Amino acid sequence: MKKNAVLFFANTNTVGWTMLTAIVILMGWIETSKPFGVDFADLSGGVITMDTMVRIAILTIVLVGLNLLMGYAGQVSLGHAAFYGVGAYTSAIFTARAGSLFGMPESIPASWEWPWIVMLAGMIFSASLAYLIGKPILRLRGHYLAMATLGLGIIAYILFRENMGFQGDHITGSYDGVSGIPRLRLGALELWPIARYYFFAWAAALGVMAFGLNLINSRMGRALRAVHGSEVAAQAMGVDVAAYKARVFAISAALASLGGSLYAHFQAAVSPSPFSFTGSLELVVMSSVGGIASIWGAPFGVTLILFLKEFLRSRLRVLLSGASGEHEIIFYGLLLIVIMIFLPEGITSGVMKRWKLWQNQKGGRS
Amino acid sequence: MKLFSKENPWRSLRLPVIALALILVILVLGGQKNFGTVQYAQFILDGLRGGAIYAMIAMGFVIVYNVTGVINFAQGAFVMLGAMLAVTFYEIEMPLPIALRLILSVILSIGVTTIIGLLVERLTIHPARFSSPLTLIIITVGVFISLQGIALLVWGPNAHIYPSFTTLGMADKVFRVNGVVIKAQGFWIWGVTALVLLLLAFFFEKTLLGKAMRACAINRRAARLVGIRFDRMSMLAFGMASALGALGGIIVAPLLRPSFDIGLNLGLKGFVAAIIGGLVSPLGAVLGGLLLGLLENVTAGVTKSGMRDIYAFTLLILTLLFRPHGLLGAQKTAVESGEESQP
Repeated sequence: MKKNAVLFFANTNTVGWTMLTAIVILMGWIETSKPFGVDFADLSGGVITMDTMVRIAILTIVLVGLNLLMGYAGQVSLGHAAFYGVGAYTSAIFTARAGSLFGMPESIPASWEWPWIVMLAGMIFSASLAYLIGKPILRLRGHYLAMATLGLGIIAYILFRENMGFQGDHITGSYDGVSGIPRLRLGALELWPIARYYFFAWAAALGVMAFGLNLINSRMGRALRAVHGSEVAAQAMGVDVAAYKARVFAISAALASLGGSLYAHFQAAVSPSPFSFTGSLELVVMSSVGGIASIWGAPFGVTLILFLKEFLRSRLRVLLSGASGEHEIIFYGLLLIVIMIFLPEGITSGVMKRWKLWQNQKGGRS
Repeated sequence: MKLFSKENPWRSLRLPVIALALILVILVLGGQKNFGTVQYAQFILDGLRGGAIYAMIAMGFVIVYNVTGVINFAQGAFVMLGAMLAVTFYEIEMPLPIALRLILSVILSIGVTTIIGLLVERLTIHPARFSSPLTLIIITVGVFISLQGIALLVWGPNAHIYPSFTTLGMADKVFRVNGVVIKAQGFWIWGVTALVLLLLAFFFEKTLLGKAMRACAINRRAARLVGIRFDRMSMLAFGMASALGALGGIIVAPLLRPSFDIGLNLGLKGFVAAIIGGLVSPLGAVLGGLLLGLLENVTAGVTKSGMRDIYAFTLLILTLLFRPHGLLGAQKTAVESGEESQP
């Protein structure tokens, strides 16, 4: 019985993953070959563009990491945009400013391997940073951990905004940020126009999701869930709680950094504002809306919030005369409250649970 | 009384030593900029003025957290609402002297913000009162975002002007003592904060209602067993917190030109102040606020003004790690006192 249940879950995940891959490929195909002359933007009434779809892929990568940390290990992070920003700024600075800042000869940053090396270095840097910070900070619990990570996030944001504390704007570019970030290339193949980047970003996102789905069913995943259930009990069963918490913090930081690097190469410019406290909040909102304790919550949460944002941004101006771009945040806040009150485990888990309940009732009656 | 404590004797000296080192660093950095006593006095006074505002906001955090166990991120939104509503009520044309209009705007603003605070408690916190701390945090964040969005819709993105309390005009009365500039509004801020602190002390120590609230903070289940209605206490806490937030927003409004987005920064700083003060008592909150304002203003003054928040949040993290019950609180660690009690 137990074995069957595990197999069933493995199947659901595999089936879901394959379906998502199929959807992604279908959408990409519609965009590139434009069957019957309709492209993707037409199908969604001009609301959702390729741009949004790439953003969803990038944020899915970040959120899988955040969900591993918050949902599975039960450690709150209100400052995750910091690691997202570390990735973005590492990529930006070491590709666009390598020459002016470190006196590197032009040929190195111009080679196609360089951005990939930087991306990897950024992930390693974020992970080690998170591991070092995580060791003392993850001892804190509940509210206290939330507040410490909040503080970290704000400190990172100000360092980006204030040129790491130095005068001038030669490192992070202060408020203006860094521009002129090169596109990614694979040998001679440039990952641009946007349709190519779309396939690349989604390949990365699906890869990260597969990684996450495997991780939660591994030894580490079981240990993490034990920690979430009760730290004392986990410790008594021989789980090295502190080490596992620091490790999952490092993994989630590395994933956030990867997302940040992809974001930097997608935008070709970074500025500090997406990595502020509001940015971290947005990540938590997406995570909670999708469902914290579920890898599947990541793509659903991001998609739902970004679609909602795009929809409100394009439609609200028609409904409310004189409304500028920012009014969608009201609905955004209200949605958050409503979901947290009625479906606190997020839409994916909430709906799944209700569906199973309904199935069980039906089974009981027949 | 123990003659020989088992603890490391240097432990008790740690804080003073750190404080001294910090002062030395500040003096060295200030020396590079050729700062004299006048500049330092100015930084300290301005810091204490900002700190008093943080203190007002921190008291709201402390009251709500102690009674309900919720970290109320919407506190910053109450501050913003207080300031913006006061501006709106003040701008209504009435055949009354300016002073009376000002007083009326203060009263109306506090009243309306309190009603909003009570509604927030009824509509969002009460239905989710059995949820996990994370869920409650996210709900209050949602409240904050919604209130700020509504403010943007109502008042637009522009900054507004609120008259100074002393001159009733745009320009504040200024005292100069040996080159140190003190704005009259500063005295209003300090005065109101001190008065509020005294009133709260009286309320919590001497009145039955205040004692009932303290009982809820100490042990919610026991308080319910002796017939204290926790529902009412929770509402009262939110009402008081929103009123305090509004008052803080109003007294700082003449210095700040309020707009719809002042809530986030003030709320977060108030929160840091509450943590530094130990999240237990209004007095701790006030001391934490003053300390925070002082430290961040002096350190930002001797370095780079954009770095101000870094010092504040570094202080937050250090406090959480080494003195989780506040710089002034008891020596227990958040690591040991893990899970919060659920209702």
